[in-house]
Amino acid sequence: MIELSPDEWVAVRLSLRIALVATIVALPFGLAVAWLLARKHFYGKALLDGLIHLPLVLPPVVTGYLLLISFGRRGPIGAFLADYFGLVFSFRWTGAALACGVMGFPLLVRPLRLAIEAIDRKLEDAAATLGADRLWVFLSVTLPLAFPGLIAGMVLCFAKALGEFGATITFVSNIPGETQTISAAIYTFTQTPGGDAAAGRLVLVAILISLAALIAAEWLARRAGMRFHGE
Amino acid sequence: MLSLDVEKRLGDFFISVRFESAGGVTALFGASGAGKTTLVNMIAGLITPDRGRITLDGAALFESSAGINVPVHRRGIGYVFQEGRLFPHLTVAGNLDYGRRMRALPRDPVETGRIVHLLDIGHLVDRRPGKLSGGERQRVAVGRALLMRPRLLLLDEPLASLDETRKREILPYFEKLRDEARVPMVYVSHNAGELARLATSVVWLDGGRVAGVGGVELLAAAREKETV
Repeated sequence: MIELSPDEWVAVRLSLRIALVATIVALPFGLAVAWLLARKHFYGKALLDGLIHLPLVLPPVVTGYLLLISFGRRGPIGAFLADYFGLVFSFRWTGAALACGVMGFPLLVRPLRLAIEAIDRKLEDAAATLGADRLWVFLSVTLPLAFPGLIAGMVLCFAKALGEFGATITFVSNIPGETQTISAAIYTFTQTPGGDAAAGRLVLVAILISLAALIAAEWLARRAGMRFHGE
Repeated sequence: MLSLDVEKRLGDFFISVRFESAGGVTALFGASGAGKTTLVNMIAGLITPDRGRITLDGAALFESSAGINVPVHRRGIGYVFQEGRLFPHLTVAGNLDYGRRMRALPRDPVETGRIVHLLDIGHLVDRRPGKLSGGERQRVAVGRALLMRPRLLLLDEPLASLDETRKREILPYFEKLRDEARVPMVYVSHNAGELARLATSVVWLDGGRVAGVGGVELLAAAREKETV
């Protein structure tokens, strides 16, 4: 077994919390956007699609900087949220979760959108004739049929959030116990003389978590697939 | 009582249809491309006519002059599609119960048992649609539509995707349905033989218009005209 020091544990727990919160908070937005992109034609659709995918192609430092100037203490959105909702992002773990959520968002939306596009809309028509209104059609037909895509999107978003480095460190810095995730901790240890052992332990932990997430996702998707095609 | 007087333009195709049906099984008969499916989709509310009115038992489902267009999910009209369209993620039991749940109707084990027995699908309830034969699938689709307790049942070529053996196997169920289910039906088909066994009245569609209304004798006349 790997023996982690208390400081390393803090980084691991913080990483898991940030990645989970980022994925869960991004999910409803991701569902709404994926559904819009899959089903609706509207003015500015290409722009929305582009904006969502931007964090995938921009240097993460740029995304982090943009978050800093808009969601930071003096940024327009950051000041508003802090004044009216007491929600502060800068140099807090919440800011790390925001950065991770933004970076993971395109990876969440893409499989979801493809899954929704692949659903036979005739099934949704059938549900409507049976008395389901739009919301129930979505909840009882669209969402369960898109479940494998949902799982894939959440795992990709979670994995991205877990490994995110550039945007997070630019936006909320590298504060142990508050914003220092596994990635940031590994980076710090590699810059510190004699930190190789600690870095190695955290690298192992990162591999284990990622592997567990992948296996869990595969299992869930397989189970969902089996439900559709057999008993 | 279903009464319908609608117009709709779809590209080059123009549908203008007017008929009334008193109950029983109303056959919508005609060659493919006559506008049969478009018409039942208008009754179901899946397609909106450009003009006209559709009433069921005296209440308007659609009336362009009054701005009435009851949404699909509130029409209470059962629809059996050509390809079944069972929900693949639900068991047969889940499919059968779907309409009752969505319409928030109370459970009725007696009626459920009667319909399950009528269609002979009791042994299938725990299966998923992916494991059913074509004939079984269509019987479940009929059961699902009936168990929502519809005011009207639409059947759009429910046998078209089946081979001859399966068709012969299912037709008796539809005859029982006509005689026992007490739900008025609109039955779409291009197959005169099938309709001759089931229909109580016939509406013959040709090129988006009504070419004739009458009894089953119309089927023979239509067939003659088509072979000429």
